[in-house]
Amino acid sequence: MHELSIAKAIVDSCVGRAEGGRIVRIRVEVGQLAAVLPDSLQFCFEICAQGTAAEGAVLEILETPGLAICEACGESILLTSPFGRCACGGRLKIVAGQELKMKDMEIA
Amino acid sequence: MCATCGCGSTDTTIDGKKVHADATHSHGHEHDHDHGDRHHHDDDHHHHDTDSRTVSLEEDILAKNQLLAERNRGWFAGRDVFALNLMSSPGAGKTSILERTIRDLGEEFPVAVLEGDQATTADAERIRATGAPVVQINTGTGCHLDAHMVAHGVERLDLKQGAVLMIENVGNLVCPALFDLGEGARVIVMSVTEGDDKPLKYPHMFRSGQLLLINKLDLLPHVRFDLAKCIGNAHEINPDLEVLTLSAETGEGMRGWYDWLRARTPQRNAA
Repeated sequence: MHELSIAKAIVDSCVGRAEGGRIVRIRVEVGQLAAVLPDSLQFCFEICAQGTAAEGAVLEILETPGLAICEACGESILLTSPFGRCACGGRLKIVAGQELKMKDMEIA
Repeated sequence: MCATCGCGSTDTTIDGKKVHADATHSHGHEHDHDHGDRHHHDDDHHHHDTDSRTVSLEEDILAKNQLLAERNRGWFAGRDVFALNLMSSPGAGKTSILERTIRDLGEEFPVAVLEGDQATTADAERIRATGAPVVQINTGTGCHLDAHMVAHGVERLDLKQGAVLMIENVGNLVCPALFDLGEGARVIVMSVTEGDDKPLKYPHMFRSGQLLLINKLDLLPHVRFDLAKCIGNAHEINPDLEVLTLSAETGEGMRGWYDWLRARTPQRNAA
């Protein structure tokens, strides 16, 4: 349940920047290879937000797909787990899908 | 308030004491990239608050942990300390490996230990019995160590110049993978009593490490564990992962691990 730490980091950072305003929406980007479960993050976020300026805020999770490039042939490959091999046998370099980022928030 | 991190209380305890339990939250100076304009969202979100404004954040969610990890890394570098983050599932033998390592190498270079567990000081007591300095971090409900806990843990540790710092993470192959502690290397421990498909089941962990220790080699004749297959699986996930097999019980293979450590110990390199 590292999602709890991640949710807490989101709430702490956003509340610290809300300057006393009420946060109504937070947009985060979570890569599909980032080892974070969106459902679990939603659940933890609601708990962490209770009693803060982010209570009741919508957590909008933008999932970004995993993408790798073959180091041998240069082929782009979509990944759903953080490993794999190209059909040519080459090693894969992951270029997207590991994001764990706060985009913006809306304050009322 | 804590000067290291500026944050407030957690349920983490270090050697039984709360980590700045009376602290209030303070987040220092914040840089809001607020454009001051009023945004109306004409998308389909049902919160049409005319006074709402959007604040751009654009930062890694774990940025604060990363920052503290880099601070730890600098702190270690300044003292020629080689810090290792040891991770495994519960019961793989991290503490047993450490006990034997300290007894065998303690004369060669100073070894200190940060013990991470949800509860109890059992592991710290085992390490203390070897004579090495040790601090127990209890994470309470937390399932992993983070850079903040490590920063406070080392404050209480008698860490000598040129020491090897063993940070024994909470037994868990999922959560610790995401949290940089400021370590110089990540060591994953597994044992032959676990499945040889473990690297495939926990790819994030196995991808993040530099060294894999496969422990309990003495039990290999008694269990259905395909060593070659396990190593193959580990390399499928992480082709650069070094693999050593050993038994903390009998001492078999420990030499390879010691040589790996010696090659990375600053004092030895300088000598």
